Amino acid sequence: MSSKVIQAMYNDDDILMSAVKETRAAHHHIEEVFTPFPVHGLDKAMGLEPTKIAITAFMYGLCGLSFAIWMTNYMMIQDWPQNIGGKPSFAWIYNMPAFVPIMFEMTVFFAAHLMVITFYMRSRLWPFKKAENPDPRTTDDMFVMEVSVDGNEKELTSFLKETGAVEIKVTEKH
Amino acid sequence: MSSHYEAPIRRPLIVGDKSYHDITVDVAAPVEGKANKLWWTVFSIALLAFLWGVGSIIYTIGTGIGVWGLNKTVGWAWDITNFVWWVGIGHAGTLISAVLLLFRQKWRMGINRSAEAMTIFSVIQAGLFPIIHMGRPWNAYWVLPIPNQFGSLWANFNSPLLWDVFAISTYLSVSLVFWWTGLLPDFAMLRDRAVRPFQKKIYSLLSFGWTGRAKDWQRFEEVSLVLAGLATPLVLSVHTIVSMDFATSIIPGWHTTIFPPYFVAGAIFSGFAMVNTLLIIMRKVSNLEAYITIQHIELMNIVIMITGSIVGCAYITELFIAWYSGVEYEQYAFLNRATGPYWWAYLLMMSCNVISPQVFWSKKLRTSIAFSFALSIVVNIGMWFERFVIIVTSLHRDYLPSSWTMFSPTFVDIGIFVGTIGFFFVLFLLYARTFPVIAQAEVKSILKSSGDNYKRYRDAGGDNPAPLKPVFNKQVEKISSEDTAENTSNLLSSLGFFDPTTQKADDLKLISGVGPKLEKTLNTIGIYAFDQVSKMTNKEYDLLDSIMGSFQGRAKRDDWAEQAKNLKNN
Repeated sequence: MSSKVIQAMYNDDDILMSAVKETRAAHHHIEEVFTPFPVHGLDKAMGLEPTKIAITAFMYGLCGLSFAIWMTNYMMIQDWPQNIGGKPSFAWIYNMPAFVPIMFEMTVFFAAHLMVITFYMRSRLWPFKKAENPDPRTTDDMFVMEVSVDGNEKELTSFLKETGAVEIKVTEKH
Repeated sequence: MSSHYEAPIRRPLIVGDKSYHDITVDVAAPVEGKANKLWWTVFSIALLAFLWGVGSIIYTIGTGIGVWGLNKTVGWAWDITNFVWWVGIGHAGTLISAVLLLFRQKWRMGINRSAEAMTIFSVIQAGLFPIIHMGRPWNAYWVLPIPNQFGSLWANFNSPLLWDVFAISTYLSVSLVFWWTGLLPDFAMLRDRAVRPFQKKIYSLLSFGWTGRAKDWQRFEEVSLVLAGLATPLVLSVHTIVSMDFATSIIPGWHTTIFPPYFVAGAIFSGFAMVNTLLIIMRKVSNLEAYITIQHIELMNIVIMITGSIVGCAYITELFIAWYSGVEYEQYAFLNRATGPYWWAYLLMMSCNVISPQVFWSKKLRTSIAFSFALSIVVNIGMWFERFVIIVTSLHRDYLPSSWTMFSPTFVDIGIFVGTIGFFFVLFLLYARTFPVIAQAEVKSILKSSGDNYKRYRDAGGDNPAPLKPVFNKQVEKISSEDTAENTSNLLSSLGFFDPTTQKADDLKLISGVGPKLEKTLNTIGIYAFDQVSKMTNKEYDLLDSIMGSFQGRAKRDDWAEQAKNLKNN
């Protein structure tokens, strides 16, 4: 198998969408699609799996909640119980209503931050990371579909031209 | 294919004939251009105010809280007033970015970036006040749940002031990552346009190497949605907890259960006013009138009107409950607010917050830019006085009449307050010149549904402003009238004939994408019924295109057959 990819550039999201569908129907392998804004339905058209990041957020939230319960119990009940305004300090459950705000905030804090960190790690986004979009115009108004070449390169090029590509570039796989 | 249909009664959110590239250029222009004289003038004034504030803060910390106007009766005044005021202003940003996202309000996209920036900058101002009020800000870390140097005496989790620490820091940090995640694609746009190496470097660093892969966008949208879902209860909890600073005490006028919803409504009220103040100026200075339209201002004015009415209801409920409770301390607290020595502050609060937003029932006033700007400032003055009235009037009449007193601010109180306003504007002005002030990626995603030129094309049958698919290998032939006649009979033979004199014609305009003009064209061809349209396949679409000449590809793009099938069954 050759390691060549063809980058077909489109100037409209609707043309890109139909091109993605046609390319998939013709059994060519789409390596990647770069778009300047979220094109709705593109992930489904490409056959991408739905993301599971919301589930991780839920689990991170549970961690935050458990941490808050442990923290309030350890600090206010176990380690140094105090009589504060007569609030019951002998069992966590009796003192719990006063801890609801803390439990809620910690849940949100953990869920939000850990989910965003997960997103940055999974999508390989961090400071000093080099951008890998094939053309600077893909953050402006151009859409690039990368199709891997297996077999006849010429045929694939003319096929992609017919799907409405305005520019076609053949490159070695990066 | 995805339809970009939007009901014609919805007014366009992007005016002017914009393309995707135009949006890029318009959003990048304030960053790539040079600051004008007006910017430098306003920036210098803000910087001076900020420096005065810094001086006052240093003086306070160096000398002690005694330099403020506080006394032993009124132990809380401008510091907490300013704190609550700034936190409240911050709420509009999260409301616009999170709550309106959950409600799928597209108009949020023109304003969410700046509203979120405002949130972050104003929460920073708010956070300063408790820290300064500590007197020894280098010990500020004592509020964190960490053991102290003498053993493990922990922070008191029963106290609303500690809940505040958790609420405000969660709110600030979550708003920041929400904002920054949304900024990544827009920083990437600036990075890819940057010509000078220094700018390129900075925006590469800020954009975290965003490339816009399909999978990244999928995650991006999911993350935005979940963050919105988390930020919505968060924003409600923050001002709820701020209100508990008062509501859990036993001071008359503070000890009321209505405080949490009342404070949240007030926060949104003042926040939207501040968004209006900032964006009315910004849309003019940065030439963004095409994206922040009169409609945006009008909708924000409606939110101001509604939340203002909620606040008004809360004021009146408070008065009623004070009387109805039969508690004489409570009754006196409210009587004193309205008729005591601070009657002028109470009157200012009532007129600015309850009466003034009611003028927005008038369409003429709520679509007037100058009037909206003036009223947004009135609202913020009113909301500052609301907090002042709640805090100072409840304190200055103590349980012991011998301790009754008044509060007057010193130049240090005023200096710190003006300083935070200066700091806020310094940050916002710097933001306006270096950040993409409109979420351009999101705006691009609604261009086809809500852009003025696209709506005109769909509703009135103009030209499709989108680039069309280039045609290869196909000879475009001039269609002769003979061909047309043949095509028409071919088309009708597969769709079925229709006799308008005996059968009842359907309203083809119900099909999205068909306007009155197109309906007439279809009727002349001989298409009158949903039944005929529902039989269309690719072959018929092509025939239809070749007969009509104009409206190329529209029938297929909007999937008329499927629509007609649904309409037929209804």
